[in-house]
Amino acid sequence: MSDVAERVKKIVIEHLGVDADKVVDSANFIDDLGADSLDTVELVMAFEEEFGVEIPDESAEGIVTVGDAVKFLEKATAKA
Amino acid sequence: MRRVVVTGLGMVSPLACGVEQSWKRLLAGESGAGRIEGFEISDLACQVGMQVPRPGREKANSDAFNADEWMEPKEQRKVDDFIIFGVAAARQALKDADWAPKTYQDQIETGVLIGSGIGGLGGINETSLLLQEKGPRRVSPFFVPGRLINLIGGHVSIEHGLKGPNHAVVTACSTGSHAIGDASRLIMLGDAEVMVAGGAESALNRIGIAGFCACKALATSFNDRPTAASRPYDRDRDGFVMGEGAGCVVLEELEHAKRRGARIYAEVTGYGMSGDAYHITAPSEDGDGAYRCMQAALKRAGITAADLDYVNAHGTSTMADGIELRAVERVVGEAASKITMSSTKSSVGHLLGAAGAVEAIFSILAIRDQVAPATLNLDNPAFETAIDLAPHTPRKRKIDVALSNSFGFGGTNASLVLRRYEA
Repeated sequence: MSDVAERVKKIVIEHLGVDADKVVDSANFIDDLGADSLDTVELVMAFEEEFGVEIPDESAEGIVTVGDAVKFLEKATAKA
Repeated sequence: MRRVVVTGLGMVSPLACGVEQSWKRLLAGESGAGRIEGFEISDLACQVGMQVPRPGREKANSDAFNADEWMEPKEQRKVDDFIIFGVAAARQALKDADWAPKTYQDQIETGVLIGSGIGGLGGINETSLLLQEKGPRRVSPFFVPGRLINLIGGHVSIEHGLKGPNHAVVTACSTGSHAIGDASRLIMLGDAEVMVAGGAESALNRIGIAGFCACKALATSFNDRPTAASRPYDRDRDGFVMGEGAGCVVLEELEHAKRRGARIYAEVTGYGMSGDAYHITAPSEDGDGAYRCMQAALKRAGITAADLDYVNAHGTSTMADGIELRAVERVVGEAASKITMSSTKSSVGHLLGAAGAVEAIFSILAIRDQVAPATLNLDNPAFETAIDLAPHTPRKRKIDVALSNSFGFGGTNASLVLRRYEA
C-alpha cells in the first residue's frame, strides 16, 4: 500500500468510525461506509488538511470511493 | 383541561450520571464542586466549577459520566457537550418511563421540548479561532448543527422516532422550567400525548467562565475551598458556581399514562411566567417579577400558599437570594413557618439552562421520598425568616406540593407547581 493510501485510510477510519477491513479501494463512502453528505464534505476537508492541497468542489464531487480519494491525492501530491 | 403527569426522569449532573445516583449523593450532602479541570484557569477570577464527573478526571466517582455510553465517539466530535448531556438525559427518561413509541400513531403523538441557555459556546469559540487561523475552508459542515440549541431535540427525536411537536426554549436560567411548563401546556391542549422535556448546558469552559466573571456573577473568594463556594442565603456568599449537565422528564397525559399502566411520579398542576422589565442581568429589587410568577403558578394549580410544602428555590448564592426570599415570604404570608425552602444549587451548582429541569426532578423526588434536600454551607444566615431554609441537612417531612422557581437574565421568570398524584 502506498503512503498516500495508508494516510487516506487512516483518516477515513477516524472520521467515519468504521473497521479498517471495510476501508478498501472500492468502498463507497456513502453506500458502504455509512457516511452522509456532510460527512463527505468533512472528509474532503480532512484530506486537504492532511495533504496540504486544495480540492476544488468539482473535483470533490468525483471522489466517492476510497480509491477515488487515493488516486486524486497521489496525483495532487506528485505534482506538488 | 387535560391533566399532565410525570412518568420518566433522566439526569446528568455534577454529582453523577443518573437520577437515583444524583439524588442519593444530593441527600448525602455531597458537593459537585472542585477546582476546574480541563482548561487553563490560572488567570480567571473564578477557578471553581461543578463539572460532570468523568472517568479519568480527578473528580470521577463510581457514577461518572462516560460519554461513549451515550454517543459514538465519531458523533461526539461533531457536537458540543450540551447535546451529549441532553441525549443521555432524554434516553434515561424514556427508558424510565418505559415509553418507546413504535407505531406511527404513537410516534406522532410524542414530541420533544428541550432547551439550553447558551448552546454550543465552546464549539463557537474553537471554530472562530480555527477560522482566524486557517480560513473558511476549514470550518466543518458540522459546526452549525453541532452548536444549535434545538439540535438536542433533533438528536433525541431521530434516536427515538418522536414525530410530534419538536420545539426548544432559550430563556437563560429559566430554560428548563419553561421547557417543562410549555411542554405540559402542549399536552393539556392536545398537541401531544407525551413530551420529553428539559434542558441541557455545557458553558463550563474558558470563555463561559470569563463571560460570567465579567458580569460579576461568579463566586471568586473560594478558589481554595471549592465545596464552600456555593452557599445560598449565607452571609459570605459572593456569586454562583457554574454547573453543567442535563435534566429531562417524560410528561404524559394522565389517561394515556393510566391506559399503559405507567408509573406516575407526580402531576404538573401549575406553571407561571412573568417578566421583570427591569435590567438585563439583575432581578428587579422589589421581587415583583418573582412574586407574580409564583402567584400565577399557584393560581393555575388552583391552590393557595397554605397548600405549599416545599420550595426548590432559584437561590443562586448571589445578592439575588434575598430578593427571591422576600418574594416567597410575600407569597406565602403566614404559612411561612410551615414551609421548607432549599437551594440544591448549593450541591450541584447553577446548571443555567438545565437548572430548572434538574431542580424540578429534585422537587419530584422530594415528593416521592417525603424529604426536602438541604441547603449546604448555610453557616451564617444573611436573612431572618420564618421559612425553614434546611441548612446542612435534609428535612424528612410531609411534601405533597412543591414549587420550583427559576429566574433568568433578561428578567425572565418561571415557576412550576408539582403535586403528589392523586386519582
